[in-house]
Amino acid sequence: MDRPIRVLVAKPGLDGHDRGAKVIARALRDAGMEVIYTGLRQTPEQIVNAAIQEDVDVVAMSILSGAHNTLLPKVVELLKAENVDDVLVIGGGVIPDDDIPFLKEKGIAEIFTPGTPTSVTIDFIRANVKRK
Amino acid sequence: MFEKEKLDQIKESFDAYNAKVEKSLEKNPERKKAFESGSGANVNRLYTPLDIADFDYMRDLGMPGSYPYTRGVQTTMYRGRFWTMRMYAGFATAEESNKRYKYLIEQGSMGLSVAFDLPTQIGYDSDHPLAEGEVGKVGVAIDSLADMEILFDGIPLDKVSTSMTINAPASVLLAMYIAVAEKQGVTPDQLRGTIQNDILKEYIARGTYIFPTEPSMRLITNIFEYCSKEVPQWNTISISGYHIREAGSTAAQEVGFTLADGIAYVEAAIKAGLDVDTFAPRLSFFFNAHNDILEEVAKFRAARRLWAKIMKERFGAKDPKSMALKFHTQTGGSTLTAQQPDNNIVRVAIQTLAAVLGGTQSLHTNSKDEALALPTEESVRIALRTQQIVAYESGVADTVDPLAGSYYIEAKTKEIEEEAMRYIKKIDELGGAAKAIDLGYIQQEIMDAAYNYQKDIEAGRRIIVGMNKFQIEEEPPKGLLKVDPSVGELQKKKLAELRATRDNSLVQQRLEELRKACQGDDNLMPFILNAVRAYATLGEICGVMREVFGEYQQSVQL
Repeated sequence: MDRPIRVLVAKPGLDGHDRGAKVIARALRDAGMEVIYTGLRQTPEQIVNAAIQEDVDVVAMSILSGAHNTLLPKVVELLKAENVDDVLVIGGGVIPDDDIPFLKEKGIAEIFTPGTPTSVTIDFIRANVKRK
Repeated sequence: MFEKEKLDQIKESFDAYNAKVEKSLEKNPERKKAFESGSGANVNRLYTPLDIADFDYMRDLGMPGSYPYTRGVQTTMYRGRFWTMRMYAGFATAEESNKRYKYLIEQGSMGLSVAFDLPTQIGYDSDHPLAEGEVGKVGVAIDSLADMEILFDGIPLDKVSTSMTINAPASVLLAMYIAVAEKQGVTPDQLRGTIQNDILKEYIARGTYIFPTEPSMRLITNIFEYCSKEVPQWNTISISGYHIREAGSTAAQEVGFTLADGIAYVEAAIKAGLDVDTFAPRLSFFFNAHNDILEEVAKFRAARRLWAKIMKERFGAKDPKSMALKFHTQTGGSTLTAQQPDNNIVRVAIQTLAAVLGGTQSLHTNSKDEALALPTEESVRIALRTQQIVAYESGVADTVDPLAGSYYIEAKTKEIEEEAMRYIKKIDELGGAAKAIDLGYIQQEIMDAAYNYQKDIEAGRRIIVGMNKFQIEEEPPKGLLKVDPSVGELQKKKLAELRATRDNSLVQQRLEELRKACQGDDNLMPFILNAVRAYATLGEICGVMREVFGEYQQSVQL
């Protein structure tokens, strides 16, 4: 890839816990990626619009409200509807293990739960980014 | 407190001790080159009278229940009665939460603490598009007085004290509480409890804001004024450092930023024409308790002493109650690990000790499974039992402020007070807390601390047991609480029924009266109460205010 990986760090849902989103955004930036952070309370539509406008390679969503099963798959669906199929979609937050298989089936490539070192997320993005 | 001659002797002895230690370090090195507190502050090898050479007992501590309240706000503290064991709870529907409250009261919980779901906290009804997937998830869904009646069904509101974690729409939920009490035959002057009502920390760290700063501050001062006359036993605000700390701040930042917010509220109320001693006795605070027990105890003591000085010297308060900082504590959610969750029971026990040794008035203890999901009934019981064991078995509640006089604790108390004061000065220079938030200053300071903390963990400079050391292979945890996804549909159905059966012309009339009041200068509480009594929904009431006041725009930065 001849340009840095571009990542949209997004906060879907209504919760205001943005410590994780901001920490991961800084860590990705320190790892040489270009990071755009959306701020709080983004609807799936807003996230997809931002992803397309900013031409990102990765959408990384942080959610701690419990609405992950509703909102994360919606982002993947809307991306598909816009014919965007080369963006890596990942998620993180307080997400019970039981919900992870469902989310993966819906097209979220990986879910990072509390305690995951930022290096794990960085490595995952580098290994799995679709645009090369 | 110490004679010069004695101090000279101690200095001589201390120097000799250090020389001896330095010599032996080559052979017997210490575990680390430098030792840091939980908040990253330097920790010395040994504390002696030299660290508190200018310590003056009467000036710096005084007696419990007296200025500057360093040793506690009550004269006998827990010898009179224990702190209020108050477990924050609420999920799904009002019916389900009502059951959990009754269970908690049965188990010895002494006060209720209501968690609302996010749509409620942001002023949306359950049928709003943004509420999709969020209804009943992190707390109970309350759309109208009808839900509130169910939430407190069979709970006598003249007997319990109720804390409500509600901020932007605090006036609406307080009005609903008053209206439920009316139906029980309980008058407002009998009601005891707290609304969080702290919008500034929502802008800083917690995120459930609705309106811009100015109308938000108006709503808050309206509540101060209304309650001072009508609901005199109610704590009108809980000025919260908890979420600031959860967002990653240090202990000293928690004190500095929280008290800076407190100063902003006091200034706003004085500007609105209120006398400081009419509302200040009902201000309360809310802090975090983390694992570094000694630093945390010093933090609580420093916060009390600093607030007392601010109220007396800066605002000229005369009533001692205006100077006494009373506070609720919650153990630190962000300290809990998803790995080996049983270890969290021990963390919560340490944090409970910190809160109690620090003189808290009430305490919520987190449950071991909270890094994974909302807590189950069993894990909540263990968390409550932790408080009961500290209260009844540990002995720490039997004498007041038992760590006072420790060289380390007193030096640390002074250090945190001074550092917090430096933050307050800086915020004053920027034009006050609201301005400092608009500029992103406070958020940036917190974020820097949070990122440093994360880097320390990843570099192994900070050990979190079970997470970056002493790991094991684990099976995914079983038996987590799951909120029934049909809650959203159920709430929508209840709302549709309500809208079909209530007197809609009365609702419209009350909402229009509220709109006019919002456009003028009247106290909004009576108008909100009238709308609530007519079963106007939370979303309708907040919708009117949104139309008049507009919405807050977050300043986004990394």
